[in-house]
Amino acid sequence: MAEDSKTPLLDELEEGPWPSFVKEMKRAAEKKESAKDLLGQLERSYKDKIVHWKHGGIVGVKGYGGGVIGRYSDLPEEFPDIAEFHTLRVNMPAGWFYTAEKLRKLCDVWDKHGSGLTNLHGATGDVILLGAPTKDLQSCFDDLAEIGFDLGGSGSDMRTPSCCVGPARCEFACIDTLDLLRSITSEFQDEIHRPMFPYKTKIKISGCANDCVASVARSDISVIGTWRDTIRIDEAEVANYASGDSLDIQEEVVSRCPTGGMHWDPQTKKLTINDAECNRCMHCINLMPKALRPGKEKGATILVGGKAPIVRGALLSWVIVPFMKMEPPYTEFKELVRKIWEWWDENGKMRERLGELIHRLGMRAFLKAVDLPPLPQMIRAPRANPYYFWDPEEVK
Amino acid sequence: MAGKTDFGPPDYRDMLPPVILKNYAQWKYHERVKPGVLKHVAESGDELYTVRVGSGRLVSTDWIRDVCDIAEKFCDGHLRFTSRHNLEFLVSDKTKVEPLIAHLKEQGFAIGGTGHSISNPVHTQGWIHCHTAATDASGIVKAVMDDLFEYFTDWKLPAYCRISLACCLNMCGAVHCSDIAILGIHRKPPALNHDIIRAKCEIPNVIAACPTGAIRPDPKEKSLIVNEEKCMYCGNCYTMCPGMPLADPIGDGVSIWVGGKISSARTPPKFSRLVIPFLPNNPPRWPEVTDAVRNIVETWAKHARKHERMGEWIDRIGWERFFDLSGIPFTVQLIDDFTLATETFRSTPAFKWSGGER
Repeated sequence: MAEDSKTPLLDELEEGPWPSFVKEMKRAAEKKESAKDLLGQLERSYKDKIVHWKHGGIVGVKGYGGGVIGRYSDLPEEFPDIAEFHTLRVNMPAGWFYTAEKLRKLCDVWDKHGSGLTNLHGATGDVILLGAPTKDLQSCFDDLAEIGFDLGGSGSDMRTPSCCVGPARCEFACIDTLDLLRSITSEFQDEIHRPMFPYKTKIKISGCANDCVASVARSDISVIGTWRDTIRIDEAEVANYASGDSLDIQEEVVSRCPTGGMHWDPQTKKLTINDAECNRCMHCINLMPKALRPGKEKGATILVGGKAPIVRGALLSWVIVPFMKMEPPYTEFKELVRKIWEWWDENGKMRERLGELIHRLGMRAFLKAVDLPPLPQMIRAPRANPYYFWDPEEVK
Repeated sequence: MAGKTDFGPPDYRDMLPPVILKNYAQWKYHERVKPGVLKHVAESGDELYTVRVGSGRLVSTDWIRDVCDIAEKFCDGHLRFTSRHNLEFLVSDKTKVEPLIAHLKEQGFAIGGTGHSISNPVHTQGWIHCHTAATDASGIVKAVMDDLFEYFTDWKLPAYCRISLACCLNMCGAVHCSDIAILGIHRKPPALNHDIIRAKCEIPNVIAACPTGAIRPDPKEKSLIVNEEKCMYCGNCYTMCPGMPLADPIGDGVSIWVGGKISSARTPPKFSRLVIPFLPNNPPRWPEVTDAVRNIVETWAKHARKHERMGEWIDRIGWERFFDLSGIPFTVQLIDDFTLATETFRSTPAFKWSGGER
């Protein structure tokens, strides 16, 4: 008879059709004492219904202020091999593309120094190497550097930026999300690796309004691809959709257009779009990708202020530049980012994100500081209250 | 080469398969071949097939080597991950697609997550590796997806459904804009340890961190006092000060939020809204949570129009109808009382009566 399992609660999560993280922990535990202790401590959390990690502590590697998160068990005597169990955030390649060869090298380094457990990927996009003791952090980073992997951001710095799959595999991409990501990642290495701001700051890049990296909700500076001219229509392909049985153009496309800017004539099978009314929401293009395509004059909308609830409430990003061309070397965008950071760094309180600072000091002050003109595309509606400022210079 | 810094991540151009390098930015259209399988066609006529599989996000190096083996066998050694923890195999040779799918199925991989399905839930660390967690992340996701597996592998829903989980209010993950968000919450004020507060915490910073102004100095103890009536258990103070933990086996649990979205398709991005203020932590399978999520998914699937996301459906029918149709009880916690609360109150007598179904 086999020995009684030490993890009866977690064992139940080995069953079922969805991939089991418990199986993965057990695979790692066959090789590593730390993974075995992690399994044991997690079982304790399942039993006690409470977290068993202590508040962090500052750990790191030479030359960097971020990239490593300190983590200590609150049961170090029971689980000595995870008494120190720190996370390394490793900057992923743009679009999360890999070769097997590159990933195998990463596995070898992590098996040598850590628990053998990872997240592919963490919430911000980094490869998360989950659990190494303090003494192994520097040597692990040195070996990572040897195979071409650098650390990402943590703490009050620019967090590792991310982008959607973009032009590598998506016909909707209005900007080269991967090249822009590569370019800003290299431009802002100092900001990523050395915390110097009031709090974290994030940049995320999506190629179209479908926003597959959730930039509008998750980044202080959101870059979302769009176009300025007209949707391209392939009439032959429209007719193909019309004669097929998988799409009802009137019901599913035209009647769902949020601006009422489309017209479908079933007799002539002609689809017309009033592009002056189009707000480029992507619905029709999503449904008819063979027939409809974004225009040719492409660029990005820049929005700022998005964040999760901490400290004063969640915000979605707000439009500040309706259209910006996005071509290498992206000078206009990088200069805007630096101007935004400068204002935030100067005025932000400790742990105040950009959106919260704009909320406190006003969009008016922000626009003045970064030298952007007020435009109706920035708002859903003008103010409804009669309390507003004038610059004395304007009252003469 | 010790001491090398600021060199950045591997160059993505070295990671791309030849078919992508050749057709970069020249993709013409795509088709959803079947659940989990996409076909992209380039201007050149070249085709790229993507086979998407779910992952548990927490994986071992052995798992990574397994998927590398598969990528080498079928995809010339190329693979990628999505923003929702899925793994994608990229195949330029059509004849390899079905053998790849057969091999993946044989190995027990879950193929799906494209089109009108529930994709892989974005989630956080939970009890596995975070000190502020009010619940586990991987365990609930595993339980929910075991239960809703058919919606990952098949197209049975009116539109996309994005489920996300964050294990505390820090929300490492865009759960605040998900069709269904599962959010770990605390319900008890911080337990003060004056020795730790005195030794390790900067008193003014902790006071400033509180969004409700519930913390003030305690000159006698050289520590802090929490006005418990004003505390909303957000955990900001604990982030600043290890002497103020909130975790508690009775107080901690899960809340459910619905109707958020990120995409601008048809309607602008929107926040998820609270519909269930608390469900207990009931490991290992959190049955109260899986039942609640299934009920919400199936109520939406039954009533929504094609292409209508959760939040778009609720906007059309009204929140009072949502509570009616879902049978979820309405409680006082669902009425906002934080800074922007009044924006969520109703100012018209034009509403629907509850009990309309009955």
